[in-house]
Amino acid sequence: MNAIAPIDNARGFLRAAEAMPVPAWAEGLRAAGRAALAARGLPNRRVEAFKYTDLAPLAQMTFTRPEGGRAAPALGAPRGRARLLFVDGVLRGDLSTLPVRPLSEVAAVLGELTDPMNQPLAALNAAFAEAGMVLEVPAGEDAGLVELLSIVTDEAGPIAFHPRHVIRLGAGARLTLLESAEGPDHLAYLHNPVFEIALAEGAVLTHVRLQREGRAAFFLSSVHAAIGARATYDNFTLQAGARLARNEIHAALQGPQGACHMNGAQLLGEGQHADTTTSLHHAAPECTSRQTYKTVLRGRARGVFQGKILVSREAQRTDGYQMNQALLLSEEAEMDSKPQLEIYADDVKCSHGATIGALDPDQLFYLRARGIPQEQARAMLVEAFLAEALEGLADPLCRAVLEEALQQWWRQPA
Amino acid sequence: MSIMLQIEGLRAAVEGREILRGIDLTVPKGEVHAIMGPNGSGKSTLAYVLAGREGYEVTAGRVTFEGQDLLAMEPEQRAAAGVFLAFQYPVELPGVGNANFLRTALNAQRRARGEPELDAMQFLKEARARMKLLGMPEEMLKRGVNVGFSGGEKKRNEVLQMALLSPRLAILDETDSGLDIDALKIVADGVNALRGPEFSALVITHYQRLLNHIVPDRVHVLVGGRIIRSGGPELALELEQRGYGQVAA
Repeated sequence: MNAIAPIDNARGFLRAAEAMPVPAWAEGLRAAGRAALAARGLPNRRVEAFKYTDLAPLAQMTFTRPEGGRAAPALGAPRGRARLLFVDGVLRGDLSTLPVRPLSEVAAVLGELTDPMNQPLAALNAAFAEAGMVLEVPAGEDAGLVELLSIVTDEAGPIAFHPRHVIRLGAGARLTLLESAEGPDHLAYLHNPVFEIALAEGAVLTHVRLQREGRAAFFLSSVHAAIGARATYDNFTLQAGARLARNEIHAALQGPQGACHMNGAQLLGEGQHADTTTSLHHAAPECTSRQTYKTVLRGRARGVFQGKILVSREAQRTDGYQMNQALLLSEEAEMDSKPQLEIYADDVKCSHGATIGALDPDQLFYLRARGIPQEQARAMLVEAFLAEALEGLADPLCRAVLEEALQQWWRQPA
Repeated sequence: MSIMLQIEGLRAAVEGREILRGIDLTVPKGEVHAIMGPNGSGKSTLAYVLAGREGYEVTAGRVTFEGQDLLAMEPEQRAAAGVFLAFQYPVELPGVGNANFLRTALNAQRRARGEPELDAMQFLKEARARMKLLGMPEEMLKRGVNVGFSGGEKKRNEVLQMALLSPRLAILDETDSGLDIDALKIVADGVNALRGPEFSALVITHYQRLLNHIVPDRVHVLVGGRIIRSGGPELALELEQRGYGQVAA
């Protein structure tokens, strides 16, 4: 990341962070986060990595610390073997079906995969580190599907919460994590989760994320994944909510023949801004990476995709592919797209592509000429546009949940 | 004699350039009319205006389809009313499965007409039967609409859609172009199978050879955006022998 000019705009956040009690296990992490916030602040557009997504407006907001509400939102039956639930920013052991493990148990590895000084989202999270999910799957075990839900209710107020989730899979272990975050449209809250994911040799993690935060919310999220030899990290993220969303994925293929799939869709309407920024490091030979991101914009929505692939000298026979495409359904929508390849190995297959466009009038007319009403025809073409991003998603349950979410987005007004 | 399609004084422009310059044409129910003309005479423009494509501006005249004002209807309403355009260049729809497309179209039309929709099983049975007649492998249902289809397969897919949707008025826009003789016969059989007292067709073609297989009741010659001559099927043969220049003179 390029040098970041000093920005002194995080004093409000720093004061709030300093006012929190500090458990011993969190001291180092908190201090690192505060130091980075003090030195670098919340990035504005002059910071290269935030050229299209300005976080400075966050500095104007006043958030409160979650109090631990009593709300018990009605939930459907768990979709998988286990469920972990955050309500109004607090991890609720009483409503979860998996024992909640404190972060102190993994204190030794906390912050191992992040670099707060150069990662403002991780810095902000570190400064407030308090709670999170810890999922460790022993070698050779298949943990099935675990749900991670975050629900902000009407009672919450303008909270900011910064959960830190730690997922560690032993050799050959498997896990599917289905994550969903939602909240009411009228509340200006901040949800800033950080994931630290370590996959040992041959482990397989499928990580499906549905971001449907309220339309006044801020959603900042960063995933940091270390992928071992022959391990697979499969991430699909749907971003459909929030007023301002920034989803960062930092993944490193650290052992030979690992695989990383990062796919996603951003479905945005009036007044929404969502940014997906991926940074993928091929650090070992014979790894495969695939990225397909699709953005659909209605009204005055703004979408951003930044995707960097770094192939180190030792990462020979890398097979990398990145595609990002945007469909603009209104004249006022805007998409910014910045692919970036840095390749230091010589025996590499690595390609990328980007397209931005409107619905094809010829395709639309063809469907209408067959009797399909205009709105239905548009929906069919949008679904077809998104289909490619969903293709890699094998888990039928996750797929069904996603398809339902897509249809729900299409039905709601722009 | 009741009338399927009546076109009166139709003028239309594309991007400000007038292409159709006063067309009068009456197609009675049960008749097949051919429209022949050289390149650039306005044949495809006429087809698109009748189907309701955007960007084709009607500047004068009227078109009546079974007594309804066709030009006032949206493209999907025209389709549900029974107008079918077989495209000269069928459009590819990546990501839209052919079976899903066909069933959605069929059910949208049925819904618009107040008829019950077909479920997946009923639809597949219908589709399979039609495909067999058209010599289309069933595998084509699974592919994206027209994606990776050869020219002949695309035209067959148009005829399959026509067979499933069973329109009252079919407009074939140069459906014969780029077809070998076997495919041409399949297309012709598809149209001939629909012929009856409640079906009419406008067969737009540059060449006479399709008309050997779909014998028209009337032939109209379109030159410079106007119909300059009309006659029986023998007019097509005359055009083939003497060329448009001679006939127009």
